[in-house]
Amino acid sequence: MSETRRADGDPELTTYRDVQLSPDFSELRRRFRRFVFPMTGLFLAWYFLYVLLADYAHDFMSQRVFGNINVALLFGLGQFVSTFAITMIYVRWANREIDPPAAQMRELIEGVDQ
Amino acid sequence: MSAPLLVPLASDVGNPTVNILIFALFVAATLAIVIRASRNNKTAADYYAAGRNFTGPQNGIAISGDYLSAASFLGIAGAIATNGYDGFLYSIGFLVAWLVALLLVAELIRNTGRFTMADVLSFRLKERPVRMAAAISTLGVCFFYLLAQMAGAGGLVALLLGIHSRAGQNLVIAVVGLIMITYVLVGGMKGTTWVQIIKAVLLVIGAGVMTLWVLAKYSFNLSSLLGAAVDKSPAAGERLLDPGLQYGATGISKLDFISLALALVLGTAGLPHVLTRFYTVPTSKEARRSVTWAIWIIGIFYLFTLVLGYGAAALVGPDVIRAAPGKANSAAPLLAFELGGELLLGLISAVAFATILAVVAGLTITASTSFAHDIYGSVIKKGQLSGTGEVKVARITVLVIGVVAIVGGIFANGQNIAFLVALAFAVAASANLPTILYSLFWRRFNTRGALWSIYGGLGSAIILIAFSPVVSGKTDAKTGASLSMITDAGIDFHWFPLDNPGIVSIPLAFVLGWLGTVTSREGTNVDKFAEMEVRSLTGAGAEKAVKH
Repeated sequence: MSETRRADGDPELTTYRDVQLSPDFSELRRRFRRFVFPMTGLFLAWYFLYVLLADYAHDFMSQRVFGNINVALLFGLGQFVSTFAITMIYVRWANREIDPPAAQMRELIEGVDQ
Repeated sequence: MSAPLLVPLASDVGNPTVNILIFALFVAATLAIVIRASRNNKTAADYYAAGRNFTGPQNGIAISGDYLSAASFLGIAGAIATNGYDGFLYSIGFLVAWLVALLLVAELIRNTGRFTMADVLSFRLKERPVRMAAAISTLGVCFFYLLAQMAGAGGLVALLLGIHSRAGQNLVIAVVGLIMITYVLVGGMKGTTWVQIIKAVLLVIGAGVMTLWVLAKYSFNLSSLLGAAVDKSPAAGERLLDPGLQYGATGISKLDFISLALALVLGTAGLPHVLTRFYTVPTSKEARRSVTWAIWIIGIFYLFTLVLGYGAAALVGPDVIRAAPGKANSAAPLLAFELGGELLLGLISAVAFATILAVVAGLTITASTSFAHDIYGSVIKKGQLSGTGEVKVARITVLVIGVVAIVGGIFANGQNIAFLVALAFAVAASANLPTILYSLFWRRFNTRGALWSIYGGLGSAIILIAFSPVVSGKTDAKTGASLSMITDAGIDFHWFPLDNPGIVSIPLAFVLGWLGTVTSREGTNVDKFAEMEVRSLTGAGAEKAVKH
């Protein structure tokens, strides 16, 4: 592999380095990171809240809510709900916000025929 | 068999002939499909990555088939049946972990790599040392995971086929190994993927039917199911439903719970056999669809395991399960026998075998690809080898790994499966994940950082496991018998108090990656970094699907 591969779509954007430094790409990267980093922080915090409560707050988690269903079980099931919800939110967001600009930039780099 | 009083009903449940017959049928059917699917295997991309021609949904189902191992089915159901709520952590951790893969890893990896995890890690760093390190940690993680699956195979046959002698069980482990070798040699990634798809469908249907059956017995009232589970568990009683039954005893065991939770949630996105599955689809958008499908299937399956675990506690009882030949791992099969007699037990055991077989095949193809493509093709032959030459080496490696798996399985026979898998997750989260994240997101990251993080994470995880109570020095408080891998209770060289090393080795690997980077004078390769970043986000220049 050569050190600098040339992108052969647009004569203005000759290398990956040019693309990387272009404002459109910076915007795409910023948009991606501004979604996935906070979202990752959020679900990890929610997960470890559950882990720490299950580990150190036995009395709280063992309270019965109705019948034999206790707080711990609801918290556990809540992790399933949040995982499914974040998955749906992310997919909708990525289809709408990331795919069109990414495809545009890909065509610019590779040429439309690919 | 020599002590029939100790194993009341469980020693000979079901009819071994029925079990073997159903299992043979599964093997014959999948082999036919594998042979059909492999007729188009021509290039290295066909063999390693199924020509990148699977659709997102197909790959999502295959990922579920790869991921829902014997640990998920037998291990978690058993853990919940005997340890109650604490077993549920496995389900939750294994599922939430997929968000790391979905948000941070899957699409970017698909766009950047070709065949292996090492492709991505060595993309913009000094290629040979980093590729070597990544390949070694790939082989390490696959080995631990493989051991868990083969151990499961041994324990399962004891219960299902009525084979109680050690030699007979070893023979069955060898047969499992040989069938797996055949799948991988004949079918490559395409054949392996189809085995995983078929297995995933069977597993989810099987678990779904059992779940509905259990719920129907309690008129679809979860609360009365839980009540019945408590009634049947005199030792644990109400505590079966509350956290802390297994991990709540001491400060150390509580720390172990956090360590396990950390390893589970960060391990998935570092599992090499999961990462290579993203190369079997044509684009990053399909990789995203794969993960979405996988999350739904895996999530629904883990909800089933909750019902199956408490169902086994309620209908079979923890004492009977513990006394059965497969111990906790036999909870799900015993529940099947309780519900539907011989036939359902036969079906469920065939599904459990298929599960082990498919996961073992997936691990084997990943490990052999990594050896042939990374170590032999790139490091030893410096990329001078043709694709077909590499595939030949990969095929020979499959044979070697098959033999290692059989021998390892014979040694690990009887160990707790969910537990061994959790160790593989800890190794993956320590050795692989920090370097994956750093090389994708941190511009300054360099070769020394990668090497310190990979070797430091891998080494610390394995050393801590070797000197943990898992290997030596854990004894049963009542009987004094050894609960460790070394069965002689007199041998005790453990000094690390936790079972799972994650809480130490994962942060350590992240710190080492940072420390190695800032102490090295190597600058960033700006052009390669630009190519990696642009490729990962836009898919420009990414590997295309093979057209036949």
